[in-house]
Amino acid sequence: MSGSNRVTRRDFIKVTTGAVGGLITLVMGIPALGYLIDPALRENKAGKPVMVGNLADIPVGTPYHFSFTLTKVNGWERTASTFGGFILRKTEDPKDIIILSSRCTHLSCRVNWNEDAGAFLCPCHDAKFSPEGQVLDGPPPEPLRRFAYEVGADGAITITPVELKEG
Amino acid sequence: MWNTLYNWLDERLGLNDLYTNLLDRPEPLGNWWNTLGSASLFLFLLQGATGIFLTVYYTPSPDHAYDSIQYIMNDVAFGWLIRGIHHWGASLMVLVVFIHMLRVFVTASYKYPRELTWLVGIGLLLMTLGMGFTGYLLPWHQMAYWATTVGTQIAGSLPFLGDFVLKTLRGGPDLSALTLQRFFAAHIWILPAALVALIGAHLYLIIKHGESHFPDPED
Ligand code: HEM
Ligand code: FES
Repeated sequence: MSGSNRVTRRDFIKVTTGAVGGLITLVMGIPALGYLIDPALRENKAGKPVMVGNLADIPVGTPYHFSFTLTKVNGWERTASTFGGFILRKTEDPKDIIILSSRCTHLSCRVNWNEDAGAFLCPCHDAKFSPEGQVLDGPPPEPLRRFAYEVGADGAITITPVELKEG
Repeated sequence: MWNTLYNWLDERLGLNDLYTNLLDRPEPLGNWWNTLGSASLFLFLLQGATGIFLTVYYTPSPDHAYDSIQYIMNDVAFGWLIRGIHHWGASLMVLVVFIHMLRVFVTASYKYPRELTWLVGIGLLLMTLGMGFTGYLLPWHQMAYWATTVGTQIAGSLPFLGDFVLKTLRGGPDLSALTLQRFFAAHIWILPAALVALIGAHLYLIIKHGESHFPDPED
């Protein structure tokens, strides 16, 4: 048979085995790869804007407290954490606002606005911050962190929930 | 180029000899029933491959086992496929191994000189069933939990040794995290290692003796 150009039974088996094997490798290989790299292909939800209040509800001159909860999803585990901050309208001008995180820059306790002191006080080690977040007293090394924000046409305030250094 | 490379390797590794001795063996006239051993081997390899993939996400702890499997089924890309193959492949493997054994019995292939092949085969059947038993608990859902409760209780009804066997299987008197962990260890390390060793012995014996021909009226 060799030398004739008819396909031999042996060659036919070889070629079909190779082709079927290749097809199976491909059909199984793609799902296998997808399965392994799946976590890397997931959308990262960190940094999605969060609504924290409306200009209409916020007095001028006094820090306005807000809080929000972010849920981290890792596989089948969900961890919800609560974060908070203050919106300070310095003037009637809707653009003239500062949004501070309430997380103390010392060891991450939550600071509270104290009307009598006219300052943010930290319950943990007696730190004192000005309404704009500057350190007035105590151990914190830096001013309170800020959030980037946007004010909608209807007065709705949204922040990007990532703490920024002042400025 | 490839030929030179192949010849170089062949001279040192004996690839051609391996091929003729392992794959190009003389075979008696057979039929599809003779393929069931190879089918069992293929299913074992398939279970091994999909099983390894499952361990990438599966977590053998009472807190996480169920959720991790839900995650594989609903969230991981192709997780349903990998688990589906492993799940149905498990039942199929028991079935195929069992029919393979029936064919060896019916064709009387267990006789001299293949008695050891048969004995090793019994070990293979038991290990395969053991894989099914230990794997069944891993999803840690109600069915798994109670099936294992009952299954270990049955083993525990053994006279004299019952209590000892039950505690050994469960890792204590009750079904607990210890049970799940040791079933997992058995399922992914101990039984597969035993299976690999037994399959090696099985295949060695088959190659050594060649396959039996079907009995005819003379036999
Ligand atoms: C994981 C399970 C098993 C695997 C992977 C396996 C694999 C194989 C393979 C590849 C063959 C070659 C011939 C054929 O395919 O029919 C074979 C033959 C044989 N098997 Fe199995 N086997 C398994 C379980 C068993 C069981 C449960 C028994 C019986 C208790 C058994 C007894 C035998 C015997 C006696 C032969 C020789 C048959 C002959 O020479 O015609 N095997 N096995
Ligand atoms: S944590 Fe705020 S002062 Fe120490």
